[in-house]
Amino acid sequence: MDINEFIKDFADQFDETELEEFKPETDYREDLDEWSSLNGLAILNMIDKKYGVKITASEIKETKTIEDVFNLVKSKM
Amino acid sequence: MQNPFSLEGKTILITGASSGIGKAVAQECAAAGATCIISARNEGRLSATLSSLDGEGHQYLLADLSQAGSIEAIVEQLPKLDGVVSCAGIVETKMLKFTEEDDLLRLFNTNAFSSIRLIRALVQQKKMKKEASIVIISSISGVRCGYLGGSIYGATKGALEGFVKATALELAPQKIRVNTITPGMVETSLLKDSEIDSELLEADKLKYPLKRYGNPEEVGYSAVYLLSDATKWMTGTSLLIDGGYTLN
Repeated sequence: MDINEFIKDFADQFDETELEEFKPETDYREDLDEWSSLNGLAILNMIDKKYGVKITASEIKETKTIEDVFNLVKSKM
Repeated sequence: MQNPFSLEGKTILITGASSGIGKAVAQECAAAGATCIISARNEGRLSATLSSLDGEGHQYLLADLSQAGSIEAIVEQLPKLDGVVSCAGIVETKMLKFTEEDDLLRLFNTNAFSSIRLIRALVQQKKMKKEASIVIISSISGVRCGYLGGSIYGATKGALEGFVKATALELAPQKIRVNTITPGMVETSLLKDSEIDSELLEADKLKYPLKRYGNPEEVGYSAVYLLSDATKWMTGTSLLIDGGYTLN
């Protein structure tokens, strides 16, 4: 599992934000103006579909950066 | 004079009765005096529901109603009914762009087609008595509002609302009534076992003017009402029970 590919998948759930704005250290709730619960649900659905991993809302709540989410997914694969 | 809200002397079929709303509907029907025939897929939980019912003479029927081919054979085993409450259903939260053909088929089979096939078979085999009452558990989602990730779920519930209208017309000559109940969020194991964060749930409850989710037995009371002689002049409609949620 590659973090750059994960970041692309993550960014794909946004419509307005450019790919360059997504970094491993991005605090996605704070740093991304476009962030909403809708992107959150899309990311959970994307992880389920592409990575075959089910993440709960409380698990994702514990994460801060995109890398945190990446590590969470990796730990459950 | 008999209490018009009583189900004394009525035989009622309840599907999806092993848990949640279906279980509570069965319990309230039994408490109102009905003889219940309860059905679901899980034998252990279904027999637990059976033993929780007030009164005598209830029976259970182990059946998977989401399988198209098996419904006719199941219906053949049934006596004539005064009422049916179709409660079998599943909830899924998936945004439209992630849904697959499988999700469509599974949700429509379980939530919409199973109810439609059951009622069709009951009508074809003349299992509904004159003046019987048919009740389908629908939802506010897909009928009055929607939730994120609920496009297919909402579509299945909207399908049921549509189904009820023409079916009510067709069955009216026999004085058979067809109605739905559209509940808001109800506290069931579907919710307790879900992956939804409990803080989010508490926040969501505050969106209800009555500041809580519904209890399964409250949907049960609505079902008893629609099954009873008190609603002999109600057909083709839906009973909204949502703590005021859709007022906003």
